Amino acid sequence: MIAIIEAKQLTKRVGAKQILHGIDLSLESGRFLTIFGPNGAGKTTLIKILSLLTAPSSGSLVIAGQEVGDNAADLRKQIGVISHHSYLYGNLTARENLLFYGRMYEVPNLEQRIEEVLTEVGLEMFFNDPVRIFSRGMLQRLSIARAILHNPRILFLDEPYTGLDLQAIEILNSVLAGLKDQQRTVVMITHTFDVGLALSDEVLIINKGRVAFHGARSEVGSLAEFQDLYREKVGGKQ
Amino acid sequence: MQKFRTVLGAATFLLICAAIYMVFIYAPVPSNVTDMPEVQKILYFHVSAAWIGFLAFFVVFVCSIVYLKNRSRKWDMVAASSAEVGVVYTSIVLLTGPVWGKAAWNVWWTWDPRLTTTLVLWFIYVAYLIIRNSAEEDEKRARFAAVFGIIGFIDVPIVFMAIRWWRTIHPIIFESNSVGLTPKMLTTLFVSLGAFTLLYLYYMLLRLDISKAKLQLAELKERLRSHY
Amino acid sequence: MRHFWSSVCAIVWKDLKAEFRTKEMLSAMLIFAFLVIVIFSFAFDPGAQSIKQILPGIIWVGFFFSGILGLNRSFLSEQINDCISGLMLAPVDRAAIYFGKVFANLIQTTLVEAVALPVFIVLFDFSYAGSWLWLIVVILASTFGFVAVGTFLAALASNTRSSEVLLPIILFPVIVPVVIGAVELTKALFAGASISSVMIWLQVILVYDIVFTVVPFLLFDYLLEA
Repeated sequence: MIAIIEAKQLTKRVGAKQILHGIDLSLESGRFLTIFGPNGAGKTTLIKILSLLTAPSSGSLVIAGQEVGDNAADLRKQIGVISHHSYLYGNLTARENLLFYGRMYEVPNLEQRIEEVLTEVGLEMFFNDPVRIFSRGMLQRLSIARAILHNPRILFLDEPYTGLDLQAIEILNSVLAGLKDQQRTVVMITHTFDVGLALSDEVLIINKGRVAFHGARSEVGSLAEFQDLYREKVGGKQ
Repeated sequence: MQKFRTVLGAATFLLICAAIYMVFIYAPVPSNVTDMPEVQKILYFHVSAAWIGFLAFFVVFVCSIVYLKNRSRKWDMVAASSAEVGVVYTSIVLLTGPVWGKAAWNVWWTWDPRLTTTLVLWFIYVAYLIIRNSAEEDEKRARFAAVFGIIGFIDVPIVFMAIRWWRTIHPIIFESNSVGLTPKMLTTLFVSLGAFTLLYLYYMLLRLDISKAKLQLAELKERLRSHY
Repeated sequence: MRHFWSSVCAIVWKDLKAEFRTKEMLSAMLIFAFLVIVIFSFAFDPGAQSIKQILPGIIWVGFFFSGILGLNRSFLSEQINDCISGLMLAPVDRAAIYFGKVFANLIQTTLVEAVALPVFIVLFDFSYAGSWLWLIVVILASTFGFVAVGTFLAALASNTRSSEVLLPIILFPVIVPVVIGAVELTKALFAGASISSVMIWLQVILVYDIVFTVVPFLLFDYLLEA
């Protein structure tokens, strides 16, 4: 398998703050990577760089076999992002939101594809309702629909469980399991150890802008063993 | 650097003394003005301040472009310093203008193209400083300020032309003055200009030292923070 | 290139669709423009002969002030649910976001002007005898310059602590040439003069329009770095 994400010595400096100190990361296509780390470790910044939202200060990044440079705009077609913000417009309906994003991503057979993804996340009943009245869980589901609308090869999730109720968590879990079955590459940040471990093929721990640990899910053992490993790597603090 | 600053400070002091001497003693009182001709002497500092004001904003413009290209903090610091000093100089222009106007034409303010352009310029660079003040992170502040520094400077010639055509009905005052400048007056004007330029450079050095100290402090705090 | 313009259209469609669902911003802008007229008629005697002289000025003050309300909103609304990140993740040059916003703002501002202008004329009991075509050209050209630079600076302001207060302070000094040009042109048209006598102002505004479309286009990427 060739790597779909190949990052070498990524750094990010904002003003006087060095957020990332040279991150190396290689991820094969179809793998599910979960990123753990304390607050302020640079997880979100790393995902922003990998999802081509922001440029690194230095280092090189290869996405889907292409070195990221001036072609960043085109490469973004390969990428979907789900964050704890929904990126959805309250005054537009679910369908209109997806119509808008579908046009931005040049999705073919858009109307049909919208029906598909809305059914996939169980929102087909709310096709023409304005997003403003959606609950947090519905919003997150629509956000998933938005992120997979253009069939991205890589999906990034930044703490997707924040603020979700039990039912919404179950739906998110089943959608994530479905993504895994579709052989999509997924990179997820989470603070929830059990959920994070349950889905992942690989685990990455980041601390103070550096990779503290990167290994296969099988290497880290049980939940308790992973918690010990995590404490050891980040110095006892969570 | 410290030594250079001392030398520059001394040179500035001496040249300003020379300029003051020349303005008040050396330069003759204009013969073509009958009513209170001494008032005309404010011209030397008024015009010098205006020139340095424009120079300062040109420096902001150039540094802004360089900053956006190479993202080196020092260019942002130079731009910020120059904008602050430039606002001080344009303020001098705007304050000496009415003093001169009241004495010479018995009006506090005249919407003459250069004075009005200076006023708009002043507003633009005060806006520049307000942007610096209201962006949270250092990096964003530098980036936004640079973008506005470019926009603002490109706007100035259009503003000047627009105001010039707008005021064509009014006499253009500069010509009436420049025609009357004798060689001695011109020499005085150039010495004043030199003195103000040195003062600008000296202010820039001081202001840059403050920026550097602030940056060092921020870095120290950052290092301290990363220990926790 | 085709994708660039289809993205611009998608953004315009999205903004207008969202605005026309509630018409919050349009109605606020319109009411504000009307308020400006009413306030001015208290400030100046609306019956006086001199009112014809200052009417163009009043009209443009109303247009610019109400326009600023809309500009302020255009990027602040993108911060709800962090939609701006959604736009920035889209596979298109980020200048498309700028042009999409410019055209959406231009349409909204022009709509408000189209409704407000007749009301201004009626309330000040003014009968316009000049060329309507030239008046429309003048209003469109001036509004475009205002919106082009205003959208750009609104993007800048929306990313700072004092966004709503900041925009008028940084925008008005920059649009001085448009203000002068728009008022001079409208004044000439209202006075029944031919457009050729004030062509220079139309040229100033067109130069301004071009400069302040190209420069923001080149600099917009720098505003949107995450």
